[in-house]
Amino acid sequence: MKIKTISRSSDDYVPVKSTQESQMPRNLNPALHPFERAREYTKALTATKLERMFAKPFVGQLGYGHRDGCYVIAKNYNVLNRLASASADGVVKYWNISTREELCSFKAHYGLVTGLCVSPQHIGNQSDSYMLSCGDDKMVKMWSVDSGDFNNVKDDTKVLHPSDGNGLIKTFYGEHAFQGIDHHKENTSFVTGGAQIELWDINRRKPLSNLSWGIDNITAVKFNQNEADLLLSSGSDNSVVLYDLRTNSPTQKIVQTMKTNSMCWNPMEPFNFVTANEDQNAYYYDMRNMSRALHVFKDHVSAIMDVDISPTGEEIVTGSYDKTIRIFNIKHGHSREVYHTKRMQHVFQVKFTMDSKYIVSGSDDGNVRLWRSNAYERSNVKSTREKNKLEYDEKLKERFKYMPEIKRISRHRHVPKVIKKAQEIKRVELSSLKRRETNERRTRKDMEFVPERKKQIVGTVHRYEEAKKRSKDERDAMQESDAE
Amino acid sequence: MALKKVSKFPSDTKSISENVAKFHRNSSGSNYKKTKDKKLRAGLKRIDDQYKDAVATAAATDYLLPESQGYLEAEDEMEKTFKVSQAEIKQSVDVTTANKALDLKLNDFGPYQISYSKNGTHLLIAGRKGHIVSFDWRKGELRAELHLQETATAATYLQNEQYFAVAQKKYTFIYDHEGTELHRLKQHIEVKHMEYLPFHYLLATAGQTGFLKYQDVSTGQLVAEIRTKLGPTISMAQNPWNAVVHLGHSNGTVTLWAPNMSTPLVRLLSARGPVTSMAIDRTGYYMATTGADKSLKIWDIRNFKELHSVENLPTPGMNVRISDTGLLAVSRGPHVTLWKDSLKHGSSNRPYFTSSGLKNRNTPYMSHIFEGNKVNSIEFVPFEDLLGVGHQKGVTNLIIPGAGEANYDALEINPYETVKQRKEQEVRSLMNKLPADSIALDPNVIGTVDNRASHLRLTAKDLTEVTVQETNKSKTNSDIPQVNPDIKSKNSGLRTFLRKKTQNVIDERKLRVQKQLQREKEGRQRRLNITRGEIAEDDKDFVDEALGRFS
Repeated sequence: MKIKTISRSSDDYVPVKSTQESQMPRNLNPALHPFERAREYTKALTATKLERMFAKPFVGQLGYGHRDGCYVIAKNYNVLNRLASASADGVVKYWNISTREELCSFKAHYGLVTGLCVSPQHIGNQSDSYMLSCGDDKMVKMWSVDSGDFNNVKDDTKVLHPSDGNGLIKTFYGEHAFQGIDHHKENTSFVTGGAQIELWDINRRKPLSNLSWGIDNITAVKFNQNEADLLLSSGSDNSVVLYDLRTNSPTQKIVQTMKTNSMCWNPMEPFNFVTANEDQNAYYYDMRNMSRALHVFKDHVSAIMDVDISPTGEEIVTGSYDKTIRIFNIKHGHSREVYHTKRMQHVFQVKFTMDSKYIVSGSDDGNVRLWRSNAYERSNVKSTREKNKLEYDEKLKERFKYMPEIKRISRHRHVPKVIKKAQEIKRVELSSLKRRETNERRTRKDMEFVPERKKQIVGTVHRYEEAKKRSKDERDAMQESDAE
Repeated sequence: MALKKVSKFPSDTKSISENVAKFHRNSSGSNYKKTKDKKLRAGLKRIDDQYKDAVATAAATDYLLPESQGYLEAEDEMEKTFKVSQAEIKQSVDVTTANKALDLKLNDFGPYQISYSKNGTHLLIAGRKGHIVSFDWRKGELRAELHLQETATAATYLQNEQYFAVAQKKYTFIYDHEGTELHRLKQHIEVKHMEYLPFHYLLATAGQTGFLKYQDVSTGQLVAEIRTKLGPTISMAQNPWNAVVHLGHSNGTVTLWAPNMSTPLVRLLSARGPVTSMAIDRTGYYMATTGADKSLKIWDIRNFKELHSVENLPTPGMNVRISDTGLLAVSRGPHVTLWKDSLKHGSSNRPYFTSSGLKNRNTPYMSHIFEGNKVNSIEFVPFEDLLGVGHQKGVTNLIIPGAGEANYDALEINPYETVKQRKEQEVRSLMNKLPADSIALDPNVIGTVDNRASHLRLTAKDLTEVTVQETNKSKTNSDIPQVNPDIKSKNSGLRTFLRKKTQNVIDERKLRVQKQLQREKEGRQRRLNITRGEIAEDDKDFVDEALGRFS
């Protein structure tokens, strides 16, 4: 007779000393884990509730803000915690984001500062970056980003002059008021908007060339950060123009139903860009075929003033005239998050920080606010156990996100009454338009169907369909001739 | 030699495929290939790949399990395992196991009902004459000893060994680890059977009254009380896989219950007399029942079909249990008999007492007799090769090699847990407490898509209709007894209803009942006045009618 029984030696399982960790043997046999799914669901529900409990998106404001509305913010792409902002009274401020303190503050222009950018490092004979600001006073000014250079600025109500020996490096004089400025990623040129779109070099006093196509005002310009010679501009004729500086000419122009306020290139997919439109939507375009948008981001109830794509290329943040900030996943048409505070007025600037963990916003009330891009995330040092727990919760939430209860809790946001009301009105408006269209379609069988992604487009200069057809014809002709 | 070692490694395809099957989660296989949406298909494929990967990884960890299952095997044809006596086993196993074969002689207060804590560290015994003992049986440390001086019919531990419930002569009580009375559950009257549902924190009781009652032991609420309408409950068991409670009745039916249903989920006829005992295996696949008609039946409760049926036990089986490894234990009178493989399909696995000279007969694996005694209750000790037996003269642990799950999961149930671990586990399990109304036959139904045709499901419109109906009920007073001025005041349904409700609670429904009662009274008075001839049959109080709209 062969006999064996389970005999666990308690020495193997019970810790001998108090400092010793106890054995935690695992057995993954499903029979030992009843109610697996139900328990996971309960955990996911708790995790979702905890997420909403910990959602505190607002970190604080930078320093004491501006004295007038903050209409321009420029990222420093080289340094993680630096940021420049400028306001309507001509004052430029340079910030340290990690301490939320002001590094320097000086009056740069008479009147409004309309454009600001920080150059990349090691450009030309400069080892460090510099700032470029432009304003309504027909001047572009080049500034140092070293706060030490501004030590003897006593009073930021007077415009700085080179004679003061301060951080002002150079001044460029233009023929018209400027609107929007951006620096080339790899060489010393920069581009300015306004009555004309002009290409400058920091070593020349006059613009190198005028890129204008048409006669309308250019309101914003944006260089591609990866394919450095590509440039986008938006004009007051509701157009978005794509330029290629290698040929020194514009290549494509689309006209939309309403004005584009701002653009941003996707840093991870350099051929895609997103535009912030006056018609309350943001549009995601592919520069290779701008006859339709890839995605339409809807949810705002007023014009979108600024848009920025996170450095990961996965999320976009929009700031709107309806006094809210919204965050969208780039693959989803509706926002996953809405931020607002009682005191925040019309939002004119939103930017992701370079680690994509925070969002900076500038608004009409003059404050520069710092937000978390993930409202419930905390940046403190975490123990391994805490980290594991958070990761596990994240996975659970992902797995059960379509369950009605979890969906309801995770989607719920408090929004101001005004916006709630406006959303309601907008919904009714849109649905009545849609109803009207379907009614019309019932009687007019030949009515053309316009997809949502093309509705905003009035026309493109370069016709993709025609070009496609032409190339196909040519190919066919070639084949025919070959056959002969 | 080296070759032999290699073959032991589970890289040989057969053992791996067997293993993988064990870890599959009954999913019917995703058919993402049929999905036309490209993005959705990619997403579904990713999920499917992750699942397959998880199963394969889990199966690979099987090799790392530290312990192996016990066994008792005959070495030649002539040897029979059921002939091996406990004394012989005790001699041939190691000392620690032999020491675990507890034998308590308690002649005065028996017969004893036994119950092990979920991790098997503690044993709770309840003598019929009110002797309750809770103790750490491995260390021999007494936790609590009570002499209730009234009948105790059942006892069970709650979420851990810190609390236990005892069904006494009239009420059920909850005691703490020292034996201090914490609660008297006055709604649980004349309870004969108790089951604790660990994941839902529910204590389910049944007994003489024929009611099945669920008490939430974390909030103290009575979650459900269900009238079985089948007389006193004879036996009770819980399905550990889906927390459905099985009740056995005197007419031979077994009914399956969930707290959110007033009717049984399933009703099946299992015996021609009272169902004396039931047991369900841990995967929730099989149920074994014994009846007073000397029958022993094994059911496949996935499709509610009979697997094996033994109609002619020498005497009626009184207790039946299924171990974690699938051993079937049946007690009848002084006998305890165990079968192996009796939960498998095929006629060769039908349990028999003797081979009758035939081959391919599933003869008992082990058996034991308590001479001049009677077995009252049996229970397998979790994670041990032991079967606890409570009988008239005390409590005995029988050594049953191969009965216990050898490898426990410390994050689930830990037999070696420290005090701190126990406390943390309690908090964690409370956080993950499942709602009582989620109990259903399929425990994994949550998070799945309702595949039924759309016309079979409740549409949103129907759903609102149902809710509206529910609210209308209170508007039309159809949820309370009707006004009936024809009957005597003391027979009024409204009065009875009011009496049943808790006296000091005034809620919306109670106010409605009082108002209806007032109307009933007035109606009765009016009838009286008519019979006395004080008012005419068609008399109308115009003042009252005019002012009626303000009431």
